[in-house]
Amino acid sequence: MTNDTIDLDQLTGWLTRFRDLVTEKVAYLTELDSAIGDADHGSNMTRGMGAVLERIQASPVGTVDELFKGVGMTLVTSVGGASGPLYGTFFLRIGTTAGPVKALDASGLAAALRAGLDGVVARGKAEAGDKTMFDVLAPALDAFDAALIVSSDISSAARAAYSAARTGRDATEPLLARKGRASYLGERSIGHVDPGAASTSLLFQALAEILDEE
Amino acid sequence: MKKLINSPETVLADSLIGVAAAHPELRVDHVNRIIYRAAPTRVGKVALLSGGGTGHEPLHGGFVGVGMLDAACAGAVFTSPTPDQMLEATKVVDSGAGVLHIVKNYTGDVMNFEMGAELAAAETGITVAVVVVNDDVAVEDSTFTAGRRGVGITVLLEKIVGAAAEEGRDLAAVTAVARQVNESGRSMGVALTSCTVPSAGKPTFELPEDEMEIGVGIHGEPGRRRVPLAGAAEVARQLVEPILADLDFTGAPTIVMLNGLGGTPLIELYVMYAEVRKILDAAGITVARSLVGNYITALDMAGCSVTILKADEDLLHLWDAPVNTAGMRWGI
Repeated sequence: MTNDTIDLDQLTGWLTRFRDLVTEKVAYLTELDSAIGDADHGSNMTRGMGAVLERIQASPVGTVDELFKGVGMTLVTSVGGASGPLYGTFFLRIGTTAGPVKALDASGLAAALRAGLDGVVARGKAEAGDKTMFDVLAPALDAFDAALIVSSDISSAARAAYSAARTGRDATEPLLARKGRASYLGERSIGHVDPGAASTSLLFQALAEILDEE
Repeated sequence: MKKLINSPETVLADSLIGVAAAHPELRVDHVNRIIYRAAPTRVGKVALLSGGGTGHEPLHGGFVGVGMLDAACAGAVFTSPTPDQMLEATKVVDSGAGVLHIVKNYTGDVMNFEMGAELAAAETGITVAVVVVNDDVAVEDSTFTAGRRGVGITVLLEKIVGAAAEEGRDLAAVTAVARQVNESGRSMGVALTSCTVPSAGKPTFELPEDEMEIGVGIHGEPGRRRVPLAGAAEVARQLVEPILADLDFTGAPTIVMLNGLGGTPLIELYVMYAEVRKILDAAGITVARSLVGNYITALDMAGCSVTILKADEDLLHLWDAPVNTAGMRWGI
């Protein structure tokens, strides 16, 4: 299946699949977070994405920016901790960049995702190798952009992004945490996958799967 | 887990109902989880807003009232409140003179308050200033971590800065006092036991019967080291020495707080305070004011923290000013 554009239904499908994946993996995310954090990442993301889907179902939107601004604000107000502002800012920036359109083409989606990453960096000040969601988001978007140079098919770009996301996620395991609560553990943070990196990888898994399904 | 609760899910909501019932001089917004003064902010007075995860009582809700905070946003236990709460609270307390956000340095708190301030700027045009509190000397590496945590000095800061605002100083002056207190104060804590977060149902960390965690954080964050349990004199030495190594407290009056973390009886806090004073006296440090009790806690954790603030005449004057809150009251 190839896709030159992604429309509102597909974007909503992406969010729905992400909700399903974090719900399915709630125990896994919480286990990762109990090793180097405060053991609530799974339940926080499940609660947040549950609220997002409730909102979408309760008040359908007509444009991409409306969709993602709603997603961002819902996550900010329902997730809490650091994940709320980080994921919230990610989606808010996607919405602002996408604008009042009904669908995005490949370069439009790439630009929106890139703006989301910039928002995460502005909010969290993370750099490569700090053992955060940045270590998945940045390489995944680099892979997404690289795939689009070869073809304008969003599906194959999403698969490439997911592949890079998994690699990035696994690469956080040997890292020493330099941001967030995990950083207080120092050397003891080594040997654990970062929970935020793991949930971000699910975000790209969701995108790849929803586009391949059709 | 043995706790006096109805259910882990309703701890915060139920406690806010209790706060509202016990304190007619306060108002509680149960939807936005904000505790604020019943009397509106006096026109021209800078408003002070703080907040954070709950479980540290009396901080912050217990410090809302005349001479201290104007409002406090309550998050779930050990979880930052969200930006919509800070936006709403900022709107409630602003009288036109601006609002100072007092934020403890934790990643979630800093980001959520930052977004709250951005929303306030975008929606209301209210002038918001921010002070991030970071006084925990247990965190040795501030460059490659989230930095020093905000702990005991938050209590002293809210009291002193509250008095400055009550006097009618403007936002810039009030913020300057806040920065001065943060930069001149240091803290260090010790845990004898873990705490138990209601929703988790089991202790946050394991600590053997004969060991203690030196440098523990107020959410059970790991400290500098785990060592064999010792007598009060030795524990006091292990808390005070790193503080004195971090800042020179000689040549100025100091304010010293011996704070209980929630599960230690007051009699033990006074035993500890006696030992702390011996060390400070020997080091030639002048203690001008003292505070002993449970002010910034970690649920049911047994242990204590020591906070020392290098003061001056102005800070002592502000410290002595009247305060009338649930958690701190004098001069009224």
